[in-house]
Amino acid sequence: MSPVATPARKPAAKRPAAKKKAARTAARTAAEKPEAPAVVAPRTLTEFMAQAWEMEVEAAQRYSDFADAMETHNNPGVASMFRTMANYESKHADEIMATMGWSESPPLTPRSGNWPDYEAPETTPDDEVHYLMQPWHALQLALAAEERAERFFAELARVATVAAVRAAALELQAEEKAHVALVRAWMKKVPKPDRDWAVDPDPPSYTD
Amino acid sequence: MNDLAPPAALTPASFKSAYKPIWCPGCGDFSVLSALTKALAKIAVPPEQIAVVSGIGCSSRIPAYTTCYGFHGVHGRALAAATGLKVARPDLTVIVTGGDGDGYSIGGNHFLHACRRNVDMTYIVMDNHVYGMTKGQPSPTTEPDWDSKLSPGGTGVRSFHPLVIALASGANFVARAFAGDPNGAADIIAQAIRHPGFAFIEVLSPCITFRPEQREWKQHAHPAPVGATDDPARAARRIMTDDGFNIGVLYAGSRRPYPAHVGKPGESPANLEAEFEL
Repeated sequence: MSPVATPARKPAAKRPAAKKKAARTAARTAAEKPEAPAVVAPRTLTEFMAQAWEMEVEAAQRYSDFADAMETHNNPGVASMFRTMANYESKHADEIMATMGWSESPPLTPRSGNWPDYEAPETTPDDEVHYLMQPWHALQLALAAEERAERFFAELARVATVAAVRAAALELQAEEKAHVALVRAWMKKVPKPDRDWAVDPDPPSYTD
Repeated sequence: MNDLAPPAALTPASFKSAYKPIWCPGCGDFSVLSALTKALAKIAVPPEQIAVVSGIGCSSRIPAYTTCYGFHGVHGRALAAATGLKVARPDLTVIVTGGDGDGYSIGGNHFLHACRRNVDMTYIVMDNHVYGMTKGQPSPTTEPDWDSKLSPGGTGVRSFHPLVIALASGANFVARAFAGDPNGAADIIAQAIRHPGFAFIEVLSPCITFRPEQREWKQHAHPAPVGATDDPARAARRIMTDDGFNIGVLYAGSRRPYPAHVGKPGESPANLEAEFEL
């Protein structure tokens, strides 16, 4: 379960049969589920930076999609927060372009989309948002994303065999660490949501 | 457009329209849209050479969110419309999108015969085991014991198994994807579009509003332990005995697609009309 997505209703908990079935399936698949692919060291600095750029672009796109969704669902405070994050991530992507002297998007390498998890570490999964979420939740998601990115670069630095790649990975890890600190500081200035933040007096569901 | 200008490289953004999806935040269909646009960038066919056809339902809104030609049609009839389109315009890449209710219930008969005809098009079903747009009624793929206000105690009716039905009916490509893995889903969609004949992709796409427990799918989805087979009997056995969360291409056949050109080669519509003149 995501750190944010706490639905007002929890039908699974009310339905023992469904819950048991899910548990059975989970137990069955746990043994079969292959381990996540390990982080593989890029062979060149260009390859590494192209992957870092892709990571920032995907994160920006996802935040932008979240902002659109929140605007559509009349949650302007969170929409604005996600829009700000999208701008930050786009800026980071532009910085990579400038550092590498690229005038246009780098070509996708064989490493493109080759992440340790389903998506790039800095991309927040689509299902971790809720239409009633509050700005604090958006920051909570950003914090988790920055922490994942920091861990990713730390791991890349650990497995890197090329000195330039290791140095760049450590540099980006330090940047992500700084972002983590920034988001933590930001969270202190934003009101923490009440326990019943997800309770909708007029819920969209007939199924409760 | 200036003929001398080199064509701009196609990116996923090239296939996204200015219309913003109105799906619930957290809906799996966002990821499917993302996967579709990534796949289209990957196959590098320009939007004006692609038609996205749909029926009715949350997921059937997808054509409006792309820059391709779109046809948002009648409930359950997307495959019929798309078949006509592909036969009349074989030059177009035709992609059909929709949900489990639209495709397996209202359009169930069209599904069988689209598989059987094997026209060269791609059918993407975003399956969330519920009718989301109409507020949570059980669909053909809903579990028989899914207890809800609209189906107290569950329907007690066996779930439809779309993958094995597609296989038995003659689909030439059968795959299962997961919305939580948009990059993996994009690869599967690209493979499906490139594969000749009728390609069917069942995408597990959680409905976080009416089936919040489907967030757990993320814990269950896993790559299929073996690659695609071209043996339908073997594919059927695997599909019937898997845990419902095997992700990947499960069957890739070599059956010849339905001829996109009907009638004699070079026959014009005017000549055909002349045959029916009174």
